[in-house]
Amino acid sequence: MAMADATAQTGSATDSRGRLLTSDGTPLRRALERANRRRKLTAFALVSPLLAFILIFFAFPILQMMWRSVDNPQIVNALPRTLDELRDWDGRAVPPERVFVALHADIMDDLERPRREQRIGPLGVRLNYELSAARSAISRTARDVPNFEAPFREAFTDAHRLWGQPELWRVIQREGRPLTLSYYIAALDREYDEFGNIVKRDENRRIYVSLFGRTLALRLVITGMTFLLGFPIAYYLSSLPMRYANLLMIAVLLPFWTSLLVRTSAWIVLLQQQGVINNTLVGLGVIDDAGRFSLIYNQTGTIIAMTHILLPFMVLPLYSVMRTIPPSYVRAAKSLGATPWTAFRRVYFPQTLPGIGAGGVLVFIISIGYYITPALVGGQSGRMISNEIARHIQQSLNWGLAAALGSMLLVGVLVLYWLYNRLVGADSLKLG
Amino acid sequence: MSMPAYYTAKDKIWHYAFRVICYAIFFFLLAPILIMIPLSFNAQPFFTFTREMLTLNPEGYSLRWYRDFIGSESWMRSIRNSFSIGIAATIVSTTLGTLAALGLSRSEMPAKGLIMGILISPMIVPLIISAAGMFFFFSSINIAQTYLGVVLAHAALGTPFVVITVTATLVGFDQSLTRAAANLGASPARSFFKITMPLILPGVVSGALFAFITSFDEIVVVLFVAGVEQRTIPREMWSGIREDISPTILAVATILVLISIALLTVVELLRRRGERLRGLTPQ
Amino acid sequence: MSTKLKLIGLSSVASVLALSAAAQNPVSLTIVSWGGAYTASQQRAYHAPFMELNPHVTIANDDGSANALAGLRAQAQAGNVTWDLVDMLPSDAQLACDEGIILQIDHDAMLAPAPDGTPASEDFLPGSLGECFIPQIVYSTVLTFRPGAFPADAQPASIADLFDVENFPGRRALQDRPGTNLEWALYADGVDPDDIYEVLATPEGVDRAFAKLDTIKDHIIFWTEGAQAPQLLADGEVAFATGYNGRMFDAIEVEGMDAEIIWDGQVVEWDGWVVPADGPNVDLVMEYLYWATDTQRLADQAKFISFGPARASSAGVVGQHADLGIDMAPHMPTNPDNYFAPIVLDNDFWADYGDELRERFANWMLQ
Repeated sequence: MAMADATAQTGSATDSRGRLLTSDGTPLRRALERANRRRKLTAFALVSPLLAFILIFFAFPILQMMWRSVDNPQIVNALPRTLDELRDWDGRAVPPERVFVALHADIMDDLERPRREQRIGPLGVRLNYELSAARSAISRTARDVPNFEAPFREAFTDAHRLWGQPELWRVIQREGRPLTLSYYIAALDREYDEFGNIVKRDENRRIYVSLFGRTLALRLVITGMTFLLGFPIAYYLSSLPMRYANLLMIAVLLPFWTSLLVRTSAWIVLLQQQGVINNTLVGLGVIDDAGRFSLIYNQTGTIIAMTHILLPFMVLPLYSVMRTIPPSYVRAAKSLGATPWTAFRRVYFPQTLPGIGAGGVLVFIISIGYYITPALVGGQSGRMISNEIARHIQQSLNWGLAAALGSMLLVGVLVLYWLYNRLVGADSLKLG
Repeated sequence: MSMPAYYTAKDKIWHYAFRVICYAIFFFLLAPILIMIPLSFNAQPFFTFTREMLTLNPEGYSLRWYRDFIGSESWMRSIRNSFSIGIAATIVSTTLGTLAALGLSRSEMPAKGLIMGILISPMIVPLIISAAGMFFFFSSINIAQTYLGVVLAHAALGTPFVVITVTATLVGFDQSLTRAAANLGASPARSFFKITMPLILPGVVSGALFAFITSFDEIVVVLFVAGVEQRTIPREMWSGIREDISPTILAVATILVLISIALLTVVELLRRRGERLRGLTPQ
Repeated sequence: MSTKLKLIGLSSVASVLALSAAAQNPVSLTIVSWGGAYTASQQRAYHAPFMELNPHVTIANDDGSANALAGLRAQAQAGNVTWDLVDMLPSDAQLACDEGIILQIDHDAMLAPAPDGTPASEDFLPGSLGECFIPQIVYSTVLTFRPGAFPADAQPASIADLFDVENFPGRRALQDRPGTNLEWALYADGVDPDDIYEVLATPEGVDRAFAKLDTIKDHIIFWTEGAQAPQLLADGEVAFATGYNGRMFDAIEVEGMDAEIIWDGQVVEWDGWVVPADGPNVDLVMEYLYWATDTQRLADQAKFISFGPARASSAGVVGQHADLGIDMAPHMPTNPDNYFAPIVLDNDFWADYGDELRERFANWMLQ
């Protein structure tokens, strides 16, 4: 009671040790801590539904997919005995009879299983990734295995030539582990040689590294183009009164809201040799009929169409940054004697850097995901790493390689984003 | 951008040249749409201007592709799907995204940078990787080829836009307003709907629109996750391009452009209203 | 005793009721195919009449065949198979069959014999039936050209002309995959159609094929989607285009495109049905298959699209195009006038060497 009185009199209270107390008698420090913790919890509670949602339906699936790039159960599951017998094989000559006995037993075991659980089929598909024709070596042999008689070594090598080649056995021995790096090795255009060293592939089979390089280079060009075209119009828009700016903004937003596929088709109509642009130029006599420009089914087509599709992603962040730059700075610079160009370069331009950073990163990253447009307008130059990933998932069914390529692409993008975050700060990502 | 009187001749030339360049870029942005609209009235099944069209002969034009579109059950279904999936995904991503933005903008929020990074990751991760991951995961929990699966996938892709736009409006938000409301006895819910919501509404609406358009124009994830029942407009257009390129997709696009213009008008009106409201708040 | 009898009576009545209810319960079959004109021809030849015979069945078309392998594997791994029947290429079917995700087919037990009693295994064209695969049609990839691109007295007529840019200048639209292109390169280089795969299985043969392709590389536009080939021809972008014969028929005969087909070196392949293991309505699907792959039905499909029926007994029944009223026989890849130098696509070869050759081809395109 006395304490309450004291509070009423002085407006503050202390306990016996002189610590500040709140009106209900708890030490102020603890009360503040508690309140702080509660606020922290409230803040976290607000974020947690989305966080949980993204972790479950977005982050987890991606991690699960990345796992496929090292997961390698097919050989271990199908050939346990064979792998046991192969353990101390030196990898030089065709393995001895006991290995073939084990192989025969493994296949006989597998034929006992219900069809859906048979492991021989996936084994053949898996081995074929490493060695062409291994699939038919497996599937053709498996059908005849019940009729095989010892010595099995002859029986197998008669059934398919690959069984008589150490190459197939080396693949089985090397990949007979639950985890593998072979998908990454393939994704880096490398392979194992006969001594188990990792070497570069034949020159005429290397594709992924140059596809990564091309994807990167073309994306940089496209990002540069969107900057060159986006900066002037964002600047122009930001200098207009709001009403007019919003009206002109429709020119930016309309294409943004028109389906990607439609815009791609429209560019085909415009750019092809018998298309609107070439026909107009021929009609005006600028070029003759034989001199029509090749604007599509090459890199030019990809750059034009992709620049168009991604331009709004550059203009919107730039515009929102430019809107916040007070015109008085430039005016001040000019009144202090700077030429318009100097005022722009030294005063205005540096302030737009966050917008350029945000737009650039947005355009660059989004452009990597857009693989459909380049495939339609880019001809043979339009194949990107994303197309290869999609093809391996949907058509060749080599999900391990698709996951390895995807993981490498993902890590590349994340590193880039991290750099951007360090240099510019992710807070500057604004969208109008 | 009116021209000051003190401009020299060189300044004047630059001033006009700059405008010409800007309008050329605007033209570049609009050209495909301007080309698409007349071609959607082509009487021929090809994507080229016929002689009849160029000479403005009425026989070169027809509503054939609009009839095709309206008469097609699969196109109609795709429209229903696109709107229902888009709206459902937008509701999910806007609700979750707005809540998260409110939490993120509080100064007490722990591990802000990391969490922000995770929340906007759907925008950072290349679409093909998201699509592949979702395809495997959604298949394994049996929601691939269901509406639920497509809605969840699109909601995940749309949330970064909501988080970013709402966080941006909250940067200028005066937290003392909600404290004042609490002091005056308003419940947190009441103070949210009466104070916070009207002020962040422009951010929420623009985030929601981004989320909606993300879903509406999305093709890669749909190709992987959606089944025949869930085909959206872009998926239907994709079949069109794969199978028989007919100007029907141009007719659809023309109609959608009109819808876009209507939506953009709505946004602009909302923005002006938001500005009025903000003008009333004491800063 | 009497109660027991009554119970038995009741239960048998109940089971009869249940059976008839099952017969009338609406069932929906999801059939995956290629979409476009091809699905339309199946709809008119098979699905619509089948639904008329079985009013409780509705058939939903899914045009996911291009990615059906991935879908089948994902559904099988998840244990949630939603597709009832899938149309795919025999090479894909072989892969799915190896993985055990589609059913094996006992052809004579599951398929109708020919009207004269010939069992199915002998009636289907030789080599077309697979372990898990029931062919419907023979299609071919053919070379097509725009007559307007060449003088009237020097029109191209063979695959060799595709590789002759001196006498037949102009751009060529080829599919962006090694299949067909490599075969034609060897054929144009003088390899006999029957020896092509033997040559292609050797490294020297592959080099030879790519060397031949090099000679026209600067004149190629690659297409990815089936509709692009006729589109490129119609727009005048290319002088030659390769394409599926059915699609080219459609563009030429139905849409009036000015182009001609060269049947020399046509690359012939089958296309047909596979049944996903553990599908939701396997019994009904088997009933459908027995009916939809009989002699008359396969011949019916040819009324709507110019692909040849896969049964020998259907050939005599092929009639006229349902809408155009033109005789379909001359437009069939299997017509003797067209089948003078066919290359039969070897699916086993592509299953074994496909990955390697696709890499080499992608590398070649990148150069």
